[in-house]
Amino acid sequence: MNIDDDDFTLFGLPERFALDSAQLDQRWRELQTEVHPDRFAAQGAASQRIAMQWSMRVNQAYQRLKDPLKRAAYLCERRGAPIDAERNTAMPREFLMQQMAWRETLDEAVDGAAVQALADQVEQHEQALRGRLQELLDERNDAAAAAAQVRALMFVARFRQDIDLRLETLEQ
Amino acid sequence: MALLQISEPGQAPDPHQRRIAVGIDLGTTHSLVAAVRHGVAECLPDAQGRVLLPSVVRYLDGQRRQVGFDARAHQAEDAVHTIASAKRFMGRRLADLKVAAQLPYEFVDQPGMVAVRTRQGLKTAVEVSAEILATLRQRAEDSFDDELFGAVITVPAYFDDAQRQATKDAAQLAGLEVLRLINEPTAAAVAYGLDHGIEGLYAVYDLGGGTFDVSLLRLSKGVFEVVATGGDAALGGDDFDHLLASWALEQAGRSAVSSQDRGALQMAARRTRESLTDHVVATLHCPLDDGDLRLDVTREQLETLTRPLLERTLAALRKVLRDARVQRGDVLGVVMVGGATRMPAVRRAVGEFFGAEGHVRVLTDVNPDEVVALGAAIQANALAGNAKGGQLLLLDVIPLSLGIETMGGLVERIVERNTTIPVAKAQEFTTYQDGQTAMAIHVVQGERELVADCRSLARFELRGIPPMAAGVARIRVSFQVDADGLLSVSALETGSGVQASVVVKPSYGLGDDQVAQMLRDSFAHAQDDMRLRALREARVDADRLLLATQSALDADGELLTEDDRRAIGALMARLRNLAASEDHDAINAAAEALAKGTEEFAAARMNRGIRVALAGRNIEDV
Repeated sequence: MNIDDDDFTLFGLPERFALDSAQLDQRWRELQTEVHPDRFAAQGAASQRIAMQWSMRVNQAYQRLKDPLKRAAYLCERRGAPIDAERNTAMPREFLMQQMAWRETLDEAVDGAAVQALADQVEQHEQALRGRLQELLDERNDAAAAAAQVRALMFVARFRQDIDLRLETLEQ
Repeated sequence: MALLQISEPGQAPDPHQRRIAVGIDLGTTHSLVAAVRHGVAECLPDAQGRVLLPSVVRYLDGQRRQVGFDARAHQAEDAVHTIASAKRFMGRRLADLKVAAQLPYEFVDQPGMVAVRTRQGLKTAVEVSAEILATLRQRAEDSFDDELFGAVITVPAYFDDAQRQATKDAAQLAGLEVLRLINEPTAAAVAYGLDHGIEGLYAVYDLGGGTFDVSLLRLSKGVFEVVATGGDAALGGDDFDHLLASWALEQAGRSAVSSQDRGALQMAARRTRESLTDHVVATLHCPLDDGDLRLDVTREQLETLTRPLLERTLAALRKVLRDARVQRGDVLGVVMVGGATRMPAVRRAVGEFFGAEGHVRVLTDVNPDEVVALGAAIQANALAGNAKGGQLLLLDVIPLSLGIETMGGLVERIVERNTTIPVAKAQEFTTYQDGQTAMAIHVVQGERELVADCRSLARFELRGIPPMAAGVARIRVSFQVDADGLLSVSALETGSGVQASVVVKPSYGLGDDQVAQMLRDSFAHAQDDMRLRALREARVDADRLLLATQSALDADGELLTEDDRRAIGALMARLRNLAASEDHDAINAAAEALAKGTEEFAAARMNRGIRVALAGRNIEDV
């Protein structure tokens, strides 16, 4: 066990997209119980510094593994297909049409119920995309296609943030 | 002490030596100090048996001041020089204070943090809070007849970096060693969780005098994980009182113009509100300059009047649930914290929010005024290494996103809110002009898109970037948030290795030097005592360090080269010789040299210790 190990090794999990999130959470708590600076509070500055480095490393890995998008991006990168979202902005025409239609629906939604309906629809779509992503990563081992899928999901995730923001405004 | 001791994590190196550690709830309206005694957390009373200390400081002529009940007794007559609820001004500018106009103080805006003009000059919230903390420290030292090892101080979960830093500075000014700043809702959860054996997802609803916090925690076998936190830094019981006071004036067709009147009316309103918890009608009575104000108020009137404030707390609750992506039904119970949660309307509204009665446990059985201090005491005891078993671990989050300013006054977020701390994150940026050799880095905190809408935390410059075409330089900006929730930022041009960094300290006119000067001033009258105390402390520390170093060498000496070992041996001999002298500065310097000289050794031991633990305590794997 080393601080420079990859996230999966650090957490003792198989290197794949499918993940038991309860197991991940539990492993995170176990790791923090060993490395958190508070566990070494009475033991001086050097121990504090080392514990903080470990604790940060464990949190970093946890954040990356917990979020399906970040986890997928991490796997793609490790398999030689970095996401590089800033340079790869080309998306299939069909996907862009769908995005525009959603945006219009959001702009025209008048009440919370309409926005919620759209949120549910987007959520469903996201789940389907994630299922496909899992297939590409865990079964076909096609990192390049998976990376394209991650980029599409990033668009959807950003759109869902806009929906959340709108729901928040409607509630106030 | 730099060396890792041979002991289980979470336990004091020397089991015979119990360290006195306290929890302090530095509240808006009142403050408390608590400690674990005989295995039980309890609030420490003053000589009159009172545990609450009103967070009020009155500045009198000369250097005299009154703190707590004495100060509050004169609040109405000497409102201008009697500072209450200073917590609301912590790390704030005048423009941030929405209630400034309603308060009796003469505010003076200063860069970084507002001050109040008193008989003893300008006083910031840091100085006022330091008076309160020093009073509590004295109370604790009297209770134990011993010096304190350290304190855990609570802050609202919603406090930003400036407010947290200000709290830490106040503690330093009061001569307190801060073991950790922890969030108030988290502390409350600790007090409940450990006493009640709670497991699962719980909400903490904390309506204090001046702040409202809500946190969602997952409790599992002594690990307290904050899932999401939110709230309103400018909403509390005081606002209920303001509303009631203004309404009463209006009803009576009166006005309160003098600051004395406003102060008196605010206090009368609080008494009335508190009385309406147990009674359905109460009389608001307040002497004003132009005659007494007397008005009957019903509980129903109070509830109708303050319903909008209650709605604001429920909106914050909804937002936290959404942030955490959990449903109301997932929440098993709600811990109620803060004196204002005694209001029947608050308990009712929170119960109804979570659905049918009985579905969610609304936990009110620990005194809501004391629960935060009790939780802090439990954590302090654990951090001091006194707790047996060492089961307790708090995993808290940052309440507000952190980022930097980019082109066009936009915020690029680097650490998202509700990220577990400690956390380190880095992002790359580039130059936008050909030949650009410097880059200004502006660190901000908040959720809004525009820099102007966020809180500015710090500015610094990365200079000496070699001239390159626009967009070629790679500037890596790293954010590091420690376990207290405090931020430091560094920037590095990765091609040339040019580096700049800053520990984010809000510039509220209280630099480290100034804090040190204030400390010296406050001790000046007791020079001789101080010198003896310093010598005694220096010798104790030296002994401890020598002992620890020796046992570390015995246990893990093989990690060192022969040269390293000789160097450490020389440092130890020097410290041992000096410890017999009368010069505490020389003893401390030698101890510091030994600590520094063994830092790498300590780091190596620590790293190995953690690797062993993570590998399932299997030494073969290391």
